[in-house]
Amino acid sequence: MAVLTYRDALTDALREEMERDPDVFLMGEEVAEYDGAYKVSRGLLAAFGAKRVIDTPITELGFAGVGVGAAMAGLRPVIEFMTFNFALLAVDQIVNNAAKMSYMSGGQFTVPIVFRGPSGAALQLASQHSQAFDSWFANVPGLKVVAPATPADAKGLLKASIRDNNPVIFLEGEMLYNTKGEVPDGDHVVPLGQAEVKREGTDVTLVCYAKSVAPTLQAADTLQNDGGVSAEVIDIRTIRPLDTATLVTSVRKTNRCVIVEEGWPFSGIGAQLVDDIQREAFDDLDAPLLRVTGADVPMPYNKKLERATKPTPQRVIDAVNQVTYTA
Amino acid sequence: MTQVHANAGLDPARTDFYQQLLRQMLLIRRFEEKAGEAYAMGQIGGFCHLYIGQEAVAVGAIAALREDDYVTSSYREHGHALARGMSARAVMAELFGKATGCSKGKGGSMHLFDAERNFFGGHGIVGGQIPIAAGAAFAVKYRGGDQVSLCFFGEAAVNIGSFHETLNMASLWKLPAIFLVENNRYGMGTALERASAVADIAHRATSYDIDAEVVDGMDVLATYGAMERAVNRARLDQMPTLLDVNTYRFVGHSMSDASHGTYRTLEEVEDNKKNDPIGKLCARLLDDNLVSHKEIENLDSEVIAEVEDAVAFAESSPDPEPDELFTDVYQD
Repeated sequence: MAVLTYRDALTDALREEMERDPDVFLMGEEVAEYDGAYKVSRGLLAAFGAKRVIDTPITELGFAGVGVGAAMAGLRPVIEFMTFNFALLAVDQIVNNAAKMSYMSGGQFTVPIVFRGPSGAALQLASQHSQAFDSWFANVPGLKVVAPATPADAKGLLKASIRDNNPVIFLEGEMLYNTKGEVPDGDHVVPLGQAEVKREGTDVTLVCYAKSVAPTLQAADTLQNDGGVSAEVIDIRTIRPLDTATLVTSVRKTNRCVIVEEGWPFSGIGAQLVDDIQREAFDDLDAPLLRVTGADVPMPYNKKLERATKPTPQRVIDAVNQVTYTA
Repeated sequence: MTQVHANAGLDPARTDFYQQLLRQMLLIRRFEEKAGEAYAMGQIGGFCHLYIGQEAVAVGAIAALREDDYVTSSYREHGHALARGMSARAVMAELFGKATGCSKGKGGSMHLFDAERNFFGGHGIVGGQIPIAAGAAFAVKYRGGDQVSLCFFGEAAVNIGSFHETLNMASLWKLPAIFLVENNRYGMGTALERASAVADIAHRATSYDIDAEVVDGMDVLATYGAMERAVNRARLDQMPTLLDVNTYRFVGHSMSDASHGTYRTLEEVEDNKKNDPIGKLCARLLDDNLVSHKEIENLDSEVIAEVEDAVAFAESSPDPEPDELFTDVYQD
């Protein structure tokens, strides 16, 4: 098993899928000659040439739509948004065309396309470059939404997404690109729609994904070490389709649940999870479900203010203390 | 090609082809008249945008394509679907929302699709289909094929971002695409001159170094001829073309829009009806003795019967099964 960065794991996934299937191509701003704004496509132009690694003008709506049309014609495009903040320009193509084409054509057309790129807040990029639109995309039937937390999942889920016959929104953590982890050798594919229990526990279930996984695991360690609270940590990995069964099984065991996410609270992913869990496990709950989210504000530039918006291990611990009535 | 009649330029050897064009235009006219009636009777719901007056555009343009070429259109696409060879039954049943419709009753008037005929829809967002058509052209080039991708949209779409973004890429990447503007002069109720700083649409092509041509869209043969040139540029040279095809819709924007009275006068509509594309083709063919009155009547009777059969088929077809609600959202 090799230790790779999240970035290199993504690059490997792209390279392997492009080697495996000549219909897979990568298109986006700066993906080719520049080797990728975040270097996820490093070396791919050299390996596959300009036919399959395509620099675009700054024209998100246009190239997202070109991808949809190419997918309808049988190719498997991977469309890179330099960041998902810019995907807002392409929402008409993603929502009205990619997501609905199968349904409104009575199943005649498939749109096997991956829209990928960094998502969420980085460091001091302020309001327009620090946003998590996970719940926007997850709201739309016809889309799948994937958000890996580790290098192994980054690789395995991207490979599964490229092979999927549906449009997939693949949200990479901008702050995760340099993180390292073990990645299984060979054709490592992680099926979409399967959560992973990152750490087993008995007292409370902590649900998280993508960038919120690391602070949640830290919180679980501290809870165990400082107070003997045993937290089970679940990384949902795929937001849609959601692996509700794994969540419900855990909550039935622990009777308590805290959901941690980077996005805004109102109509956030956590709101959906709360709904699913309370309906399935109402009689097993010993406390209201709580959510730890990003602050309900546009992202400020100031470093201290920015830090105050984000989910931290301490905020997770505070929430756990509330649901265990030990606050 | 020997031209027997210098004025008309019609070739008697192509009489069957001309008659086929006439038949298709008649089919679309009769189909749309019937669709309007069915809408008034509540058999068709939602939005319904009729193509009456514009038949020469779809028929002339699609006649210049091969069967394996791609066609993408807007929400005023009943005529394109029929000209592409989709059956009147499948299209009418779709308008009726029936399980036997081309999109299983899930698409409706604005979302006709036919994967077998590379008919890429039926799109309800103005301009949203333009990059999709370029994507089909991209796929052709990617695979080293020689198909072309034809995109229909109205003149009001030339002010939306996707038009400009797509023409830029199509020119930059030399895509085998044809962008056909059906210039019926009104985006819903807004006249071209009230919406476009540059009303000469063909002139827009210069911004992207694309060849353009202004076409008389009330003349099916002129449309066909311009399309043949555009198809050659796309198929042989992999160069896109912008066609500004001037046409006129004789009816309202949709079923809820009167044909005249607010944004255009009765006189204007009646003037344009004198330029009826079907009447024009009939007159030319009659002048050149390439068709008789009797043959025209027979063609008309044929397509009326075809449309009546389509209505009967749609009426007698079942609604989609309730569990169809949840199928086709995702593909396996």
